[in-house]
Amino acid sequence: MIALKLAYRNLVGAGIRTWLNVFVLSIAYVLIIYFNGLMSGWNREARRDTINWEIANGQYWQKDYDPYDPFSFNDSHSAIPSVFNSKIDEGKIVPILISEATIYPEGRIQSIVLKGISTNQKILKLPTYELNVEIAEIPGIIGKRFSKNTNLKKDDLVTVRWRDANGTFDAAEIRIISVFNCNVPTVDNGQIWIPLDDLQKMKQMPDEATILVNGDELKVNSEIVGWVYKDIEFLVMDITKIIKTKRIGSSFFYIIILALAMLAIFDTQVLSIFKRQKEIGTYVAMGMTRKQVVTLFTVEGAFHAVLAAIVGAIYGIPILAYVAKIGFKIPEGSDDMGLAMADVIYPFFSLMLIVSTIILVFLITTIVSYLPARKISKMEPTDAIKGKIQ
Amino acid sequence: MKNALLVLFLIGSMFVQAQNPTGKEILDRIDKNMASKSQIVTSKMIIHGQRSSRTIEAKTWSIGENKAFTEYLAPAREKGTKMLKLEDELWIFSPSTDRIIKISGHMLRQSVMGSDLSYEDMMENSNLIEKYDAVVTGTESINDRNCWVVELQAKTADVAYQIRKIWVDKDKYIPLREELYAKSGTLLKKTDFFEITKIGNRWYPKKIVFKDMLKKGDGTEFIIDEILFEQAIDEYIFTKAALK
Repeated sequence: MIALKLAYRNLVGAGIRTWLNVFVLSIAYVLIIYFNGLMSGWNREARRDTINWEIANGQYWQKDYDPYDPFSFNDSHSAIPSVFNSKIDEGKIVPILISEATIYPEGRIQSIVLKGISTNQKILKLPTYELNVEIAEIPGIIGKRFSKNTNLKKDDLVTVRWRDANGTFDAAEIRIISVFNCNVPTVDNGQIWIPLDDLQKMKQMPDEATILVNGDELKVNSEIVGWVYKDIEFLVMDITKIIKTKRIGSSFFYIIILALAMLAIFDTQVLSIFKRQKEIGTYVAMGMTRKQVVTLFTVEGAFHAVLAAIVGAIYGIPILAYVAKIGFKIPEGSDDMGLAMADVIYPFFSLMLIVSTIILVFLITTIVSYLPARKISKMEPTDAIKGKIQ
Repeated sequence: MKNALLVLFLIGSMFVQAQNPTGKEILDRIDKNMASKSQIVTSKMIIHGQRSSRTIEAKTWSIGENKAFTEYLAPAREKGTKMLKLEDELWIFSPSTDRIIKISGHMLRQSVMGSDLSYEDMMENSNLIEKYDAVVTGTESINDRNCWVVELQAKTADVAYQIRKIWVDKDKYIPLREELYAKSGTLLKKTDFFEITKIGNRWYPKKIVFKDMLKKGDGTEFIIDEILFEQAIDEYIFTKAALK
């Protein structure tokens, strides 16, 4: 307790030097919490949007389906197992048929993926109800990214060429019924959504599908031959991994600030021990053990972290609360990198994040404060009182 | 009198029928004119893009329909690339990677060096009689030549193009135009044959223009600089060892 009181008095007594260190360290606190909060917010939004727009509660994949190999799409289709029929009727499972195709927007050739989906589905946020139109052409909906890349807009016609189940070429016109705004590139980039019935007819694959999106809380228990179940954790694994990598990348900024703060504290400690040799000698002469003096100086250094947490809270809480409210606007084009990203990311600051940051910074500061203080244990008290350089 | 007129009409009809060959006969005549046991062709492929054109030079050795070996001679970027076709299999050797790659499955549907031709188009066996029912639907003039218009309908469902139309020169029995249609009837590809030249005892086009009809652009020109028929070709050339 004495050590704490003394440490506090010494620190405050050091004046501007202490407050400069505390301020820099408080910036490190705020930045660590901000960047991690931003990543957590992004992760939460990306996960939520992917669930809402693409994966629901999980998916059954036809055994040959590989989303990373478009060449496999034409071979990865099977008849929908009868065990799912009742769930499909109840709207708890949505079958999707996926096919490779080629479109010719403005006479340019472009490979795309055609996705056939039930127009009455309500599991995914895709506006498939808009496909319920009676027109001569095949109705299609596309995402804003694909619209931008191909220059296709609402009511535009585009020729699509595909091969049916027998490998025979066929071609037709697709009319773009609407362009939807979605943060999930994997349901947007390079693909056109059309009614499932139409695609099944085009491909000559009646009652067949490539994936079955599960909107039900539970998966079908029995093993389904030819189909593999993929749960949410598997389906969002890529997002989690990418955001984890981004988190490590963004830590670069606050590691620099933290390093600067630690360097300042280290320097302060070295300077204190050098300038306060007589004080150290007096402590020992008055009966304090060397260990107690080391503890005193270590606590003094570590107290920077406590003061920085308080200072950081004074200006950090209002700033971070404001940022959490207005969010972080993502620059134009950042969402083209294939990862779910909203126009504005709202950082999420959890109690866990704040507590773990405080503990982490406190521990690092204590270690950095202790390292120079070790020198005290080697000091001769008589020489120290005389102020001899040791 | 009536009977005499009927007999005259029947004889006349028979005469007209004898003058109009059937679709199968026309395809047979084309085959006889163009097919050879072996060929060595030096050619240029001019690929017209939206902004610029590229010219690729190649030399091809082939025996019948099932064996072909092509070596690209120019430009420098493609020089040394070799392609081997055996039956329905295709391998490519790229000197930059020093590897032999087998082109199979869906990769066969990719464009050959950015041209309007796919590997599959190149691999296609020209024996159309086996796959199609041919019917002569009329006569038309192409490049001031009188042509039979032959419509081909696939016999089975597993044929890439269900409908084809071929315009065949009535005198030379060589196609001057071919159109490939989707099942729905949409025109997908068009091939025009120019500079029909007498080479030995056969007529042969020295310039062929391939065009993907859904795509903008001037298509891909295939120009034959030299073609030699019935040449002795070493069998070694049609092995994977010859690719490297």
